[in-house]
Amino acid sequence: MSQAVIDDNEVDIVIGALRSDLTTFMNEWRPIFSRFHLIIIKDPDLKEELKIPEGFSADVYAKADIEQVVGSSIRFTGYSCRYFGFLISRKKFVVCIDDDCVPAKDNAGYLVDAVAQHVSNLQTPATPFFFNTLYDPFRKGADFVRGYPFSLREGVVCALSCGLWLNMADLDAPTQALKPSQRNLRYVDAVLTVPARALAPLSGINIAFNRQAIGPAIGPALRLSGEGKLRWETVEDIWCGMCVKVICDHLGLGVKSGLPYVWRTERGNAVESLKKEWEGVKLMEDVVPFFQSLKLPQSATTAEDCVVEMAKTVKEQLGKVDPMFSQAAEAMVEWVKLWKTVASA
Amino acid sequence: MAAVAQPPPLKDELDIVIPTIRNLDFLEMWRPFFEPYHLIIVQDGDPTKTIKVPPGFDYELYNRNDINKLLGPRASCISFKDSACRCFGYMVSKKKYIYTIDDDCFVANDPSGKAINALEQHIKNLLCPSTPYFFNTLYDPFREGADYVRGYPFSLREGAPTAVSHGLWLNIPDYDAPTQLVKPLERNTRYVDAVMTIPKGTLFPMCGMNLAFDRDLIGPAMYFGLMGDGQPIGRYDDMWAGWCCKVICDHLGLGIKTGLPYIYHSKASNPFVNLRKEYKGIFWQEDIIPFFQNVVLPKECTTVQKCYIELSKQVKEKLSKIDPYFDKLADAMVTWIEAWDDLNSSRASKANGKA
Repeated sequence: MSQAVIDDNEVDIVIGALRSDLTTFMNEWRPIFSRFHLIIIKDPDLKEELKIPEGFSADVYAKADIEQVVGSSIRFTGYSCRYFGFLISRKKFVVCIDDDCVPAKDNAGYLVDAVAQHVSNLQTPATPFFFNTLYDPFRKGADFVRGYPFSLREGVVCALSCGLWLNMADLDAPTQALKPSQRNLRYVDAVLTVPARALAPLSGINIAFNRQAIGPAIGPALRLSGEGKLRWETVEDIWCGMCVKVICDHLGLGVKSGLPYVWRTERGNAVESLKKEWEGVKLMEDVVPFFQSLKLPQSATTAEDCVVEMAKTVKEQLGKVDPMFSQAAEAMVEWVKLWKTVASA
Repeated sequence: MAAVAQPPPLKDELDIVIPTIRNLDFLEMWRPFFEPYHLIIVQDGDPTKTIKVPPGFDYELYNRNDINKLLGPRASCISFKDSACRCFGYMVSKKKYIYTIDDDCFVANDPSGKAINALEQHIKNLLCPSTPYFFNTLYDPFREGADYVRGYPFSLREGAPTAVSHGLWLNIPDYDAPTQLVKPLERNTRYVDAVMTIPKGTLFPMCGMNLAFDRDLIGPAMYFGLMGDGQPIGRYDDMWAGWCCKVICDHLGLGIKTGLPYIYHSKASNPFVNLRKEYKGIFWQEDIIPFFQNVVLPKECTTVQKCYIELSKQVKEKLSKIDPYFDKLADAMVTWIEAWDDLNSSRASKANGKA
């Protein structure tokens, strides 16, 4: 499917375990995951022991391990536990998939190797400065179309690869509640670069990134006061994705969206989630105009610099809208500090 | 349950504009989809040649003599010996929507083997909103089975009116000459089942082979430039129109979609001929793109025509130094708008019952 030659030693697969029994999840992914090193982070709030099948090269971290490295584990609860995995990884590429997703099948019926596709996306250039109507020109059987400027055909490093989801798409609670039987069955055979200056909701359910290029920008920050253990009850990944996009645009890095698909299984109830947590949906309204007009200073030339600058502006401009944003700004600064000490050690 | 036959959508509101210099045999394959619609044939090249239109189609046909007669001295803005002449068809149309297709484009099949009604898909694309202000990772949220994803702001979910629907091509892809020379055997066999909006502020290469647009919303900006006979450049007609349209759409809050529908492109043009036509464009493009990327249209430009005239001023100011061609092009852009307004306003006043 992908033409990438993957060096197993360049990839870590990080799994945030929000459920204790990972047997089905790991067995479904076995054909794809078994050659790689896995970093499994147990949600500090999870009481039960993790059940992980044999046959994987996996390092497992729980609350005590997290606290040993970073002190308090507050920031790493729920979906944010995976960020700890990003922190301690030593590899160039990190692939991260939610624990309620299994491999999807493509239109020909073959199992989608999500890891290979993600790594291929990251290993080939992104093209954010001009839209290619045949999508990713580096895919086999495609190319740049007539009218695509030659000086822009080298592309830039792809820092983030955002995959999609069949079955349960990443819809928000109100939308899924309105359409309870809607399932995403459309396999769109494309990868494309999200153009520069275009913002997108970059879901954290099925992602991969170049840790060396963008690691410091991918950290836990915006936590809703009622944040829960279902994606409908969080916006932390959406916030993170917007920060990353602005930073990538500033640093001349690219973000791709599209393949690979994973099959996202059913969990929870959208109406119940909506009753519990509707704040996230409202919060996006304040956040979007902010990100659309955000300019980072020329002096910010690394991902770390960018995060610190961004955090300042978040605190100044969004802090007065809601204290949650001030906390997010503080978390971003703390993350960069952690990254500098732990990740670079 | 008996199926209720639906009338062809927008039957009396859409014209199909086809430039041709050879023949219209390809229309036979499109008959089931095109027959209910009015065709505007723009005959390029030798006006004394007779182009036969397959029986049963309702059409008007214009050759070079007709163009000269209708526009007088303003006919200079319409290209000769280049499919760019098709934009004359846009100008004379009296309908709200235009679909334009090349005469070497045939009906494609979707992955299930079903024939694709390209016109129907274009109409769907035009009739539902675009989403230029925020990229939806599940592509067109208005398609059946899709929606806005988590994190997409509710205040932006109304979208913007769709001005242009840009379709794609299976089989012979729209590559430039250098790419054609390097990959003469590459065929596009990948059916990407998506329509998406090109974000505001992002330019793209617009291909005129399989294109539909709302003439009321963006028509005057669909000028395909000076190409062909007597001109230093070819195969940049649709590109030029696309860059102008995108900049104006971004300014006026309109959207441009790309993706489905696919047609089957059967003919690969000669790459050496193409190289000769495109050659200058390949270099000029490097200056043209930054120009369009940095264009700012003043607030006072509230109509397409005003935007276009302003654009022509900036082309003259900033691109003439690349080549005197751009000076001529800027003038032709103005001529085009004058001709458009003349032809379309006189029709409007006739419609209002004035003698």
